[in-house]
Amino acid sequence: MEAVEKKLQVKQVDKVVVRFTGDSGDGMQLTGMQFTDTAALLGNDLSTFPDYPSEIRAPQGTVAGVSGFQVHFGSTEIYTPGDQYDVLVAMNAAALKVDLPRLKRGGIIIANTQGFDAKNLLLAKYPEGANPLENGSLDNYIVHKVDVTRLTKECLVGSGLGTKEIDRSKNMFVLGLLFWMFDKQLAYTVNFIREKFAKKPEIADANIKVLQAGWNYGENTEIFPTQFKVAPAKLPPGTYRNITGNQATAIGLVAAAEKAALPLFIGSYPITPATDILQELSKYKANDIKTFQAEDEIAGICSAIGASYVGDLAVTTTSGPGMSLKTEALGLATMLELPLVVVNVQRGGPSTGLPTKTEQADLLQAMYGRHGEAPLPVLAAHSPSDCFDTIFEACKLAVEHMTPVIFLSDGYIANGSEPWRFPAVEDLADITPRFLEKLPEGEKLLPYKRDELFVRSWIKPGTSGLEHRIGGLEKQADTGNVSYDPLNHEKMVRLRATKVKKIEDLIPLALPDSGREGARLVVLGWGSTYGAIKTAVKELLQEGFDVAHVHLRHINPFPKNLGELLHNFNHVLIPEMNSGQLLQLIRAKFLLPATGYSKVQGLPFTTIELKEKILELLNA
Amino acid sequence: METLTQTNDFKLSPKDFAPDMDVKWCPGCGDYSILKQVQTVFPELGVPKENFVFISGIGCSSRFTYYMDTYGMHSIHGRAAAIASGVKAANPDLSVWIISGDGDALSIGGNHFIHLMRKNFDVNYLLFNNQIYSLTKGQYSPTSEKGKITKTSPYGSIEEPFNPAELALGAKASFVARTQDRDPKQMQTVLKRAHQHKGTSFVEVYQNCPVFNDGAFFAFSDKETKKEEALFLEHGKPLIFGEHNQKGIRLNGLVPEIFDVNDECHNDLWVHDEKDKTKANLIARFFDTTFAGVHFPRPFGVIYADERPTYDESLTDLSKKVAYRAGKTPLGKILSGDKTWTIL
Repeated sequence: MEAVEKKLQVKQVDKVVVRFTGDSGDGMQLTGMQFTDTAALLGNDLSTFPDYPSEIRAPQGTVAGVSGFQVHFGSTEIYTPGDQYDVLVAMNAAALKVDLPRLKRGGIIIANTQGFDAKNLLLAKYPEGANPLENGSLDNYIVHKVDVTRLTKECLVGSGLGTKEIDRSKNMFVLGLLFWMFDKQLAYTVNFIREKFAKKPEIADANIKVLQAGWNYGENTEIFPTQFKVAPAKLPPGTYRNITGNQATAIGLVAAAEKAALPLFIGSYPITPATDILQELSKYKANDIKTFQAEDEIAGICSAIGASYVGDLAVTTTSGPGMSLKTEALGLATMLELPLVVVNVQRGGPSTGLPTKTEQADLLQAMYGRHGEAPLPVLAAHSPSDCFDTIFEACKLAVEHMTPVIFLSDGYIANGSEPWRFPAVEDLADITPRFLEKLPEGEKLLPYKRDELFVRSWIKPGTSGLEHRIGGLEKQADTGNVSYDPLNHEKMVRLRATKVKKIEDLIPLALPDSGREGARLVVLGWGSTYGAIKTAVKELLQEGFDVAHVHLRHINPFPKNLGELLHNFNHVLIPEMNSGQLLQLIRAKFLLPATGYSKVQGLPFTTIELKEKILELLNA
Repeated sequence: METLTQTNDFKLSPKDFAPDMDVKWCPGCGDYSILKQVQTVFPELGVPKENFVFISGIGCSSRFTYYMDTYGMHSIHGRAAAIASGVKAANPDLSVWIISGDGDALSIGGNHFIHLMRKNFDVNYLLFNNQIYSLTKGQYSPTSEKGKITKTSPYGSIEEPFNPAELALGAKASFVARTQDRDPKQMQTVLKRAHQHKGTSFVEVYQNCPVFNDGAFFAFSDKETKKEEALFLEHGKPLIFGEHNQKGIRLNGLVPEIFDVNDECHNDLWVHDEKDKTKANLIARFFDTTFAGVHFPRPFGVIYADERPTYDESLTDLSKKVAYRAGKTPLGKILSGDKTWTIL
């Protein structure tokens, strides 16, 4: 390495948001994830947000094909991927066009100049002759123009790699440069590349060379005068890993099956953004986990019902449109009273809607989207790592209460990641299936006899002497025989509802996550709005406002004290990424004049939006 | 058969399979015969009673589940095959019997039907075909003949019917047979064969609906017509039918033809080979297809049977292979993943 004297300024910062953006084929997701993993290993708290188009490779260079990855990391606690970014890495003109609006004023742009040639400008539909890198339109930002494509090529002269392969490694140059900018080591990514290309060492060498070249470029050229240092965060002591919501959901299922001593069966049909769960579980074939890629969504849930019938912990995973297809079978599972976990990773709807964007608009579907009276428990996870605890609880409720349970996640937390202080195996709760293997002496078989929690026994086919039939027709209480008796039907409807309601006796009471009980205003949230609400409320508390935050995991049944708790606040504000679905439930159930705050853009709330809304209500 | 060794441990009779409840099909319904044959055959199969599971969909046929004193689930319309897939995948030791009708299997459940055949779970699929929707009181079904007058086709149906055997073969079924309610003996033989076959055993049962489609299949069982209209298949036996067994079938290139075995040399008589898929495809087409304008008799018996690895077996093997190669990952390792860091 040439020794170059350079005046370097080092700045300490608490937190930074970086957005990597480029064409779908530019490898921005991988770049972002590598940056994230390194930041996590070096002790930063963080939160990420991959934001990609539904087209796998939309026409190159167009705004339709822009794929972004946002990471918010810091030395303080981080709950969201950040409203606006400090650094925008733009691989082409279209990427800049799409993502510039949310770059902070005075923020840094690192632009790959070859992505701004005439062809790219045209594809991105900039006015003829206008190049944002040249025409002064970016004067409010610090712009670093780097010819990444050329520098990568030069670095790989004589490597023997083809033009296409060389072009593909340009994301490593950017990553190396960013590692330099934030004073991060290359070691983790070097290892990653070695493992990923173990069978193609020449490609591994080339990528590492380019990565190092990116780092050197920052170190040696005069273009980058500033390096930023983000100290490790003061997180609670313990061992951490980085995890996405979908990963956490998958391993939560594995953990629940092991704690219940049941084989795990997953019957699913691939659908964005839930597919990762099926994929992740497919890896663990040796762990008594059966993954069944069904012929359609209906077969996904039906095969799971079959597996549950014979004694497995059975799961089906999907997203909105698939959920609609499963609802008939959900009625059957409710009628049969078999354990079943249904995972809905929500996305923008209706119909194909915004398959890669996030939304919370399936809540009322989860609550009521069935024929007949068919209540079932509904739980919602609030962050990537919370998917683990929530799905684990969903499994526990399903198995111990002999009921289908809906678990709601969404695209935002499913793909987003954060550090997770994972639990030790022995700290996980036990799950106790209610198998009936043998009748007590002198007793007659009553498959729908209930215990004090209104739960029936689980009788597996193969159990000698307990042969019986179950089905979707209404059942006589206790015997389970087909019954058309009017009063029996009403009784059964009530029994099934009471069984679900009884769960409220076992779940924790609702408590403010921050702020005090009885504050002037409470923000009531559910699901993935957690991070934004928490950040907004914490900041307002620091600024001296009397606000609080209550967040729901249990939507059916609600925590027992929820009505009482909410009545203690002057204002209840319910922000949701839908048109006000929890709002309806809360108003109807507790007769509360709660205020809704709705955002249905396929994008999460920003902290700023929430703070403004809260202040507007407080000042009204 | 692994199960044969178990026959000494228990003795079952048809009565053991009859639950203590009234059967509620219409008087004269073909379903009674099917129930009787199943209850007759089951004690001979060497399977402990608790290991039988019936999964049915919706329709008259699907009430069958309630009338067998085994484990069973009367599920939802068209989905029995999908539910049975989960049952068999989760517990391959069970003897799984799917009961379905022409509407349940081929209309609302068509997708599950073809994929079950393709995946080849080791289950048995009995399709009660009465060529009509009976539980909803008489609308045409996907097997109703073109021109059929029903409540939803008062001017005659304009749809081509499915030939279930041909469809099953096209969907890669490893066992395809046809039988009828009015032929108890043959049905029993076919049921036993279906049980013995490792893989999805598809059995189409022609079943009379005395209320909405009476006599639809009588030509294949009435004394006067049966010999001309039905062809009874046996592995290794020639394809012969007719009043005096005088009609033989042979292949002329790819075209089947009927000839008089007394008049002509019959060296080239078609000898039934259950494992020959090409010929099975042709036999299955002795349906509404005429060959060179000639009408063919309807075949009954095992049309095709050839074993290949089953889904449940392959799934179990794969798990074992992965476990052997990589071993079970301890839960603690799954929780921690590959990359962790510690904050003190």
